[in-house]
Amino acid sequence: MTMDPNLDSPRTAVSNPPIQPMKANLGVGDVVRASAMPDLPKPERQLTPVAKLIDVSKCIGCKACQSACAEWNDTVPEIEHNVGMFENPHDLTPDMFTLMRFSEFDNPQTGEFEWLIRKDGCMHCEDPGCLKACPAPGAIVQYSNGIVDFIHENCIGCGYCVTGCPFNVPRVSKTDHKSYKCTLCSDRVAVGQGPACAKACPTQAIVFGAKEDMIEHANMRVADLKSRGYENAGIYDPEGVGGTHVFYVLHHADQPELYSGLPANPQISPVVRGWKGVTKTIGLAVIGAAAVGSVLHGLFARANRVSAEEEREAEHLVETTVPVKGEEAS
Amino acid sequence: MTNSWTDIKNTDLVVVMGGNAAEAHPCGFKWVTEAKAHRGAKLIVVDPRFTRTASVSDYYAPIRPGSDIAFLMGLINWMIQNDKVQWEYVKNFTNAAFIVKDEFGWSDGLFSGYDPEKRDYDKSSWDYVIGDDGFAQVDMTLQNPRCVWNLLKEHVSRYTPELVEQVCGTPKDKFLKVAEMIGECSAVDKTMTSMYALGWTQHSKGAQNIRGMAMLQLILGNIGVRGGGMNALRGHSNIQGLTDVGLMSNLLPGYMNIPTEKEKDWTTYMSSRSFKPLRPGQTSYWQNYPKFMVSFMKAMWGDAARADNDWAFHYLPKLDVPTYDILRMFDLMNEGKITNYFCQGFNPLLSFPNRGKVTSALSKLKLLVVMDPLETETAHFWENHGEYNDVDTASIQTEVLELPTTSFAEDDGSLVNSGRWMQWHWAAATPPGQAKRDTWIMAQIFLRMKKMYQDEGGPFPDPILNLTWEYKDENEPSAEELAKELNGRALADVYDLKDTTKLLTAQGKQLLNFSQMRDDGSTMSACWIYSGSWNEEGNNMARRDNSDPDDTGAFLNWSFAWPLNRRILYNRASADMQGKAWDPSRKLIEWNGEKWAGYDVPDIAPTAKPDEVGPFIMNPEGSSRLFTRGMMRDGPFPTHMEPFESPIANVFNPEMRGNPVARVFAKDADQFATSDEFPFVATSYRLTEHFHYWTKHNRINSALQPEFFVEISEELAAEKGITKGGTVRVWSKRGSVTAKALVSKRLRPLQCGDKLVHVIGIPLHWGFMGAARKGFGPNSLTPFVGDANVETPEFKAFLVNIEPAQGEVVS
Amino acid sequence: MTKPLYSEKGDHLESTAPVRVSRYRGYTRANHWVTALSLIVLLLSGLALFHPSLYFLTGLFGGGQNTRWLHPFVGILLFFSFFVLFAQLWKLNLPRPEDRTWVSQIGDVMKGNEERLPELGKYNAGQKGVFWGMSILILVLIGSGVMIWEQYFPDLVSIPVRRWAVLVHSLAAVAIILVFIMHVYAAIWTRGTISAMTRGSVTGGWAFRHHRKWLREVAGREGRDPAE
Repeated sequence: MTMDPNLDSPRTAVSNPPIQPMKANLGVGDVVRASAMPDLPKPERQLTPVAKLIDVSKCIGCKACQSACAEWNDTVPEIEHNVGMFENPHDLTPDMFTLMRFSEFDNPQTGEFEWLIRKDGCMHCEDPGCLKACPAPGAIVQYSNGIVDFIHENCIGCGYCVTGCPFNVPRVSKTDHKSYKCTLCSDRVAVGQGPACAKACPTQAIVFGAKEDMIEHANMRVADLKSRGYENAGIYDPEGVGGTHVFYVLHHADQPELYSGLPANPQISPVVRGWKGVTKTIGLAVIGAAAVGSVLHGLFARANRVSAEEEREAEHLVETTVPVKGEEAS
Repeated sequence: MTNSWTDIKNTDLVVVMGGNAAEAHPCGFKWVTEAKAHRGAKLIVVDPRFTRTASVSDYYAPIRPGSDIAFLMGLINWMIQNDKVQWEYVKNFTNAAFIVKDEFGWSDGLFSGYDPEKRDYDKSSWDYVIGDDGFAQVDMTLQNPRCVWNLLKEHVSRYTPELVEQVCGTPKDKFLKVAEMIGECSAVDKTMTSMYALGWTQHSKGAQNIRGMAMLQLILGNIGVRGGGMNALRGHSNIQGLTDVGLMSNLLPGYMNIPTEKEKDWTTYMSSRSFKPLRPGQTSYWQNYPKFMVSFMKAMWGDAARADNDWAFHYLPKLDVPTYDILRMFDLMNEGKITNYFCQGFNPLLSFPNRGKVTSALSKLKLLVVMDPLETETAHFWENHGEYNDVDTASIQTEVLELPTTSFAEDDGSLVNSGRWMQWHWAAATPPGQAKRDTWIMAQIFLRMKKMYQDEGGPFPDPILNLTWEYKDENEPSAEELAKELNGRALADVYDLKDTTKLLTAQGKQLLNFSQMRDDGSTMSACWIYSGSWNEEGNNMARRDNSDPDDTGAFLNWSFAWPLNRRILYNRASADMQGKAWDPSRKLIEWNGEKWAGYDVPDIAPTAKPDEVGPFIMNPEGSSRLFTRGMMRDGPFPTHMEPFESPIANVFNPEMRGNPVARVFAKDADQFATSDEFPFVATSYRLTEHFHYWTKHNRINSALQPEFFVEISEELAAEKGITKGGTVRVWSKRGSVTAKALVSKRLRPLQCGDKLVHVIGIPLHWGFMGAARKGFGPNSLTPFVGDANVETPEFKAFLVNIEPAQGEVVS
Repeated sequence: MTKPLYSEKGDHLESTAPVRVSRYRGYTRANHWVTALSLIVLLLSGLALFHPSLYFLTGLFGGGQNTRWLHPFVGILLFFSFFVLFAQLWKLNLPRPEDRTWVSQIGDVMKGNEERLPELGKYNAGQKGVFWGMSILILVLIGSGVMIWEQYFPDLVSIPVRRWAVLVHSLAAVAIILVFIMHVYAAIWTRGTISAMTRGSVTGGWAFRHHRKWLREVAGREGRDPAE
């Protein structure tokens, strides 16, 4: 099965790239938003919104996705110690863009134990907090297909994306001081290949395609889970960030926190909004006003000058000054 | 596998017991998720640990390591008690109706004929009553109290849910839930598949574990059908292939036997291999044994194997003991009776039980040759790596030669997967450094040995001097040449046996398949079951047509499955006595009035009438066996046996230790522990991040699972003061390891009667070579005892103790 | 010896006709200018990362990466430099009763009607405000700055705290810029002030007009000196 070269992105990760190489997309003309660039030109076209669906109910936690991710991105995750858990590396790192997170859950309703395994990584928010927080023009971009990508040549390594992200995803490298996260394999998708993780996933718990198709697929999976007694099965595609281009099917969609702390209502923090909105604008305005006000005052108000009279008074004072002992006592 | 990986998508219920498919076979496990997604199939996991497979299961039940037989017999009992039996299948396709000798019986955990001195059974009573007609007597009404069915019914009646709970520690309600779910699959339109691996084989009664499930599957009518079967998940990409070509020390390629000392000539050898049908009209396909054997001898020695010299039968080595399995080999090494050891693609220092004994054995060798793509621990057994390999290098006199070989990615050849698919592969890279193909290395050794025999003679040079060696480059037989040799070719024109004027295959041509093999020396084949893989149609293993008409999962034009490209063994059993599919929606092959036809290659003579010839053509009965006669050393039915090291006594016979007929070497018996000293049950297993001891050489795999650990329950951690991520010492009577502690809810103590049993999980994968952190394997701890039938070591149930370690591990 | 209330011990008359009063010693001035320069660098580099329209300012420091790297180190420099300054100046910046009157008559301050104001020591309430404002804001900035210093302290505080830190840091930065503007403007508007930080001394008239108590104390101390 090969990808139809007339499409703008692959519709499944298991397909092979088109035999006639497609013209790579996801260039400058496909950027809809870029960090610290409020006056971005309109994109040339609208690409089909894509999505990666992670069905945690099919995931076996084999870490093939982690392995494929490291292979494709040519990263070398550190060989750490075992610290009594299955997560290795123990957290997302600048060299590990995706991570299986394991949580042990005694379900009080069924009395059964559940081992909930979630593939963590960038969610590719429709309203990306990282992009909002980023001060470096063009370091974070969003393409019209929904992929949020870090353009490392523009990244300054300040870590503001870390504060902006509602999912605690970006990691800044100690080596090159640039921020890293899942690219949704933009470099693969641009030439008609699905993300490496989805391609490697043995159970197809990770699937990739047009977001519309993925939602449809997810609904089927939710129906299957409901038929197996997971009444609260559902899709995790949080509204608070405008929906995401990586989304989950969860058996317990009513309690996403069970899955190693997946936030129930993720949104860009109001603090970040305050910082990047009101503070930025008003702060600059106030500084400007103060500066301009000072200049105007300086120009139009009389300067506070010392008169010759005062110089004489000073000499007089010095001459007449007596030892200050008595004054001190008062 | 009786079925194939792709067939698993056809099932309604997957039972993973004695394995951890998601963890150890993640790629194959995709077919389970397919079955779940597209058929609404359910998944049951029965395992001491809540595994990765359990994490995606519909139901999980815990079980004490080494108590599987009790669980399985409990299931069979429940099926019989609750009439969850596919009766037509059982009556017609199993030996349920066969009458067993009166002398056969069972008491106190033992079958009739036990001799404690020999640690063996006299199996003569374990057989059918043979009538005057020479056939086994049957009672199709199943009324005779001595018929297999009634004996089975009585045998399993002891395994009540209460007994299962007591022995296995599986709460009764969980056992009953599992039984109910499985019971549904006795319906003709419901099938269950069994996926198992070393969780069942690595016990002193491993073969009986598998027997237990096979019997259950037969009772449910699930063998030979789509989505059913007994599916062994093989642990290496080509371990099935290795098994096929004679992995077992007592086997020749194609599951033929190496003669024993008693079988001094061809006639004697063949006299016990006549395979006369036990019921009228049955196929008993092994009657063709002489054809396969002669073809094998011709492949080995060509013109030197002739009718007048018993096909060079005297060239074959004769066994003085039942097997020279690796446990015995290491015991002999340790006794100083073996001085040279060629270790090819194998890492026994980490793979074989009682590492202390393995080290001691290797240290006594004169010469150790290791052929491996990686720097294995075995090749470096003499190096001191501190705690991780604390040997006195100076005292070891073994000369070690490390011969770097190519890996699978640098070779052409075929890999036989669990589903018996022989898949040709092409080299993807050129070998690095000085790496050579195994075939080159072995050719060099052979040619030098041959020259020495030529030049210097010897006591018996003939088998070496006359070995067939007809390769274009005698220094390096190619994969193609070897594959063609396995398939076999006509040494003379081969004619149809029924119509002797009809030429089937001309001299020199590749045989179509094993149906063309002859016992007159006119054909040769090195492995009869592979015949058909490379015939005159070409390399069928290299076929890559993934079309699958009607989505049956057969994929007949993808590679080649032995035998005869058959994808589901015993597939005639997918149809009823009239030859119609039990489940029309899952048709496999059907009788069309003249012959069998359908989606798969029929596993029966195409014109054998459905009501005349039984589906199990390899058995002289024509049926499958619920009662195995004397074919297994430890009983014709599985009976509960404790592991050699167990926290509780056998409920049937407290005096009985382990498997009463498993071979135990004298010195090893002293090294079995009791639960007084070693109170905790340990079990070993694989992790998905690694492949055996290979991937610790790879940086990414090592990053994904960097360091040796053991898994324990929160309860045990609390009892012993062990913290998550802390360092612990685990020791058995044979050795000690240090590891990180992974404290998890996924292991829970099991209440077995009045005893609370704690289980400690010990993954393998770590050693002292490679990229990952140095560590240990479970084999530092495990007992030196194997399965009674096939000598697979008992890695899955043994006793240890645990304590928080003092200080950090240093290398 | 009595403790001076309105002057530093080192403050003295450099000459009497015309009167010239030394206000800051050399190292205090150097200290001030290091602090000032640091603040300017911080201001420019901080603003560059504060608003996209000012990102071009990173060009002054060799690009975004360098700006990101430099800013916190200069912050550390500022912190310690200001700390030394603080140690020298804090006593005379403690509030005194006359500060209240000064503040209540801020209109006269702005109009330059100093004759209506009470006599003051070395610092008026405005200067004290700048001093304490700077002190507090620098503390806030260094504290919040360390919390968001990705290169060395990525895990010092939780991400929610870090979000507050970055908000507080930017608000404090705005505030300190305002204080800075006020400070610079006041120094320029009040003619004769800058020489205190350049030459280290002011004219007697300046001292008489703005800090008469200070002048008195310094002059009185001179009077008692037997060497004079």
